[in-house]
Amino acid sequence: MAQSLAKEFTKGLWAEIPPFRLVLGLCPALAVTKSLENGIGMGIALTFVLVCSNLFISLLRTIIPSKVRIACFIVIVATFVTIVELLMQAYAYELFLTLGIFIPLIVVNCIPLGRAEAFAYKKGPLLSIADGLGLGIGYGMSLSALASVREILGNGTLTIWGGTPAFTLGPDFLPFKFLLTAPGAFVGLGLMLCLMNLIGKK
Amino acid sequence: MGDLFVLVISCIFINNILLAQYLGNCPFLGTSKKMETAIGMAMAVIFVLVLAGAITWVVNQYMLKALKVEYLQTLSFILVIAALVQFVEMFLKKSIPALYGSLGIYLPLITTNCAVLGVCLINIKEDYTFIESLVTSFSYAAGFGLALVLFAGVRERILLARVPKPLQDVSIGLITAGIIAMTFMSFKGMV
Repeated sequence: MAQSLAKEFTKGLWAEIPPFRLVLGLCPALAVTKSLENGIGMGIALTFVLVCSNLFISLLRTIIPSKVRIACFIVIVATFVTIVELLMQAYAYELFLTLGIFIPLIVVNCIPLGRAEAFAYKKGPLLSIADGLGLGIGYGMSLSALASVREILGNGTLTIWGGTPAFTLGPDFLPFKFLLTAPGAFVGLGLMLCLMNLIGKK
Repeated sequence: MGDLFVLVISCIFINNILLAQYLGNCPFLGTSKKMETAIGMAMAVIFVLVLAGAITWVVNQYMLKALKVEYLQTLSFILVIAALVQFVEMFLKKSIPALYGSLGIYLPLITTNCAVLGVCLINIKEDYTFIESLVTSFSYAAGFGLALVLFAGVRERILLARVPKPLQDVSIGLITAGIIAMTFMSFKGMV
């Protein structure tokens, strides 16, 4: 049991890491990765939603009729997204403002719905929590990696939490502003995907 | 009237939903391998987004605001969109089978297209009137279609090119999208 739990958890960290191996949830990966802080915030929000929705769907899997399951999944996911939205508004208002529309959009981010359909609806609650936790943390890691590259090269700083940069490259560094714009996001993600393909076998 | 025109131009070109606002990327990469599927998806999005924009505006104005439960926006909008997509699908199947044949398979995908929910939320956030919401919904959808069709055209050409192995498929797709996004950036000074 412990072994299979560990397996479900670790697959989200490398073998099926979103959004690289599991190409879902691209929009927030492009939009919120201007700074590391936003990447981490989005990762935490998604992990919370994913773990909770996986747990509830897995607990309710014998009750939910298979014909209307998608609608049920959407309602469950949307409930937890609303909870995250309200919590962020109360305790992390700055982050709430910068992430903006992308918090409610976790509903249609495809990762929670995809995992509900492919995993939580078929497996037990413990396995589903492990799956959600692994994929959520994996997603957070990918976003943080992309965000760090974009922030360091695009702005010359790295902000981990709270708005003040933890480290700056100094006044001599000429920022590569292209990476902070929309095309930079696409190209950056594309190149990272290429790097992932180079390192690991499919 | 002039304001509406500015709104149309800015929604289609300057704030293009795909390339400047980063919404709807999953179908953008998923359905752009062939021109035919790209056109089908674009038509389906325009159709549903205009309806969804109108209905969610009414729901927000006369139900959520009236009852002071605006925090239920996410939940109610996604349900409205899911129900709408289902309804449109049934309606088309029954009354316009030809259109259903061409849009049919793309309709269920639209529920989870974040461009649809995204535009509905943007309309509410920007406090647009009903007419403005209709106009922005249509223009954003048209912008989505334009970018998708352009991208599909480029992608069909890439199929003929010899792309290095690690760059293949999604990776080269994203870089191409980046270059198209760069061309769209040049519209920025227009309005």
